[in-house]
Amino acid sequence: MTAAQVVRSEWTKIRSVASTVWTLSLAVVVTIALGMLIAALSRSEFDSMSSRDRLAFDPTFISFAGMSLGQLAMIVFGVLVVSNEYSTGMIRASLAAVPQRGTFLFSKLAVATALALVVSLATSFAAFFLGQAMLGEHRASIGDDGVLRAVIGGGLYMTLIALFSMGVAAMLRSPMLSLGILMPFFFLISNILGNVDATKKIGRFLPDQAGSKIMQVVPPLDDDTPYGPWGGLGIMALWVVAALIGGHVLLKRRDAQ
Amino acid sequence: MIEAVGLTKRYGDKTAVYNLSFQVRPGAVTGFLGPNGSGKSTTMRMILGLDNPTAGHVTIGGYPYRRLPNAPRQVGALLDAKAVHGGRSARNHLLSLAQLSGIPARRVDEVLGVVGLHDVARRRSKGFSLGMGQRLGIAAALLGDPQVLLFDEPVNGLDPEGILWVRNLMKALAAEGRTVFVSSHLMSEMALTADHLIVIGRGQLLADMSITDFISANSADFARVRTPDTEPQQREKLSSALTEAGGHVLPEQDGALRVTGLPLPRISDIAHDADVRLWELSPHQASLEEAYMRMTQGAVDYRSTDDQKAGLQQPLPPGAQPPMPVPGQGQPGWYAPPPPQPGGQPFAPPQGAPVPPPAGPYGAPGVPGAAPGVPAPNPYAQPAPQAPQGPAPVAPPPAAPPSAPSSADLTKPEDAR
Repeated sequence: MTAAQVVRSEWTKIRSVASTVWTLSLAVVVTIALGMLIAALSRSEFDSMSSRDRLAFDPTFISFAGMSLGQLAMIVFGVLVVSNEYSTGMIRASLAAVPQRGTFLFSKLAVATALALVVSLATSFAAFFLGQAMLGEHRASIGDDGVLRAVIGGGLYMTLIALFSMGVAAMLRSPMLSLGILMPFFFLISNILGNVDATKKIGRFLPDQAGSKIMQVVPPLDDDTPYGPWGGLGIMALWVVAALIGGHVLLKRRDAQ
Repeated sequence: MIEAVGLTKRYGDKTAVYNLSFQVRPGAVTGFLGPNGSGKSTTMRMILGLDNPTAGHVTIGGYPYRRLPNAPRQVGALLDAKAVHGGRSARNHLLSLAQLSGIPARRVDEVLGVVGLHDVARRRSKGFSLGMGQRLGIAAALLGDPQVLLFDEPVNGLDPEGILWVRNLMKALAAEGRTVFVSSHLMSEMALTADHLIVIGRGQLLADMSITDFISANSADFARVRTPDTEPQQREKLSSALTEAGGHVLPEQDGALRVTGLPLPRISDIAHDADVRLWELSPHQASLEEAYMRMTQGAVDYRSTDDQKAGLQQPLPPGAQPPMPVPGQGQPGWYAPPPPQPGGQPFAPPQGAPVPPPAGPYGAPGVPGAAPGVPAPNPYAQPAPQAPQGPAPVAPPPAAPPSAPSSADLTKPEDAR
């Protein structure tokens, strides 16, 4: 009853601000365009690759290369959906209307996540097909082993990134603080930790490193990752659950302001 | 019916609200008054279950807000008119709130009409003026047609027409038997709107009484007595006779006397016995504003201090005079009762009220360095101090220049003019 009301209200909120359209369309465009560009570059370089590299050549994963940037727009979307309430002060009116704070938060997240899921899946499929088109004769087919799993997984990955950002924003409340932590983390720190040998073992348990495993079809040659594609997505989901629990607990405990 | 019992809220070691108990009854407009930072908004947030009290509790109709069945249909609130996403249109803002409370969309258009925002309903609220924002906030409070309404500073930023409208709206809502709780820091506004007053200062209850009781309990009634202008010695004579009889006499700027502590007939009798003729003997009542200021004076958190401009002051060449102050400005902490006549000077507060803090370079006597022994009709005739002045303490007021007899305090503000 209450949840249905919050869902309707949140849908009104999310469709009536320009930032929703901007962030989501940016995520779509950047992911697809960058994926196509990298796919085209890979195609022209394929002939000069070593045989080792050719063995590990993963056309599916290459078409998702744009996600490293596209996910940043998804993070902005997730952060703004939640922190807008706080930066405008709307949270007081919202919580006065729905004193059940858990219902409020999770209905809000449900609406935003559903929207993010639709957009992400569409983006993932578009990025795959357009990316494969750029790869020419090196392309993978959607019917190949593990490819469909990777494409759907790409959509889930983007959705979980958005949901993780919402959880973090629910904890931190301030949009600037949330973005200031999430953006450098996903753009820089996670990549650095994942590529430096000393920290690699820890780095691959970070949400984006673990989650992006689902988009791989051909694993790297000397792959010693202790989890599979779904295992990786599971690790990412655990991070998301932790962020959501944190956001929920803090929202319940804290004064609304 | 809103009922608070022992309500206390602490943020760290700062106590915002302390042991506040009051009731807000239906069918009346209850004004909630206090200086800035006195805990009004915190109290309102606790009533709405947004902040958890550190101690005590507050209920609406017997329930804490968060357990109130169908809360948004029973309680409407305007907490902060700016609490709107600027990119969202007024209508969508209200629609989202209505949907949140299960209120049909039709009602949104109704309240938009009630607050007069119909024409701008589809415009982004970013471009709204302060007054339009207030109207939007009031519309949100009215959405659920609630029996209990809370308004935090509803007239902020409204034009006179809007203020009148809010005033009538509050009264109309109360006349329908609703509970209306309105916070404000404007006593004059509350005097016109509220039936009942709750005054807090520094988070503590200062008064909880009907507006008429508040006025008579807090304002000092006084008599203005005027003796013939042509015979100043009569004035002195009467002054001492009244003081002897237990009255408190303050001279006013235009030569009249302000007498407290004696009823009018007694003053007349004393004058007759002293063989003094009277040109005027009139009853007066201090304004509500004055009563409120006196009550909250000790509880003001944000008090302006004199602008010493210590770091800016150039040593003046000998003989030069600083620019004359603009009359009527820069008298922080000073409250002015209604002047006896247009253009008249403020007079000292009645007995029991603290002596106003010394006014600063703009308005006032008490320039340090005033030469002793010289009665200083204009403190600005004195050379400016060479050394930078330390910050002036707010209370207690520094001693008057030694030259001035203590009663000169009362007439000091004149000097500045």
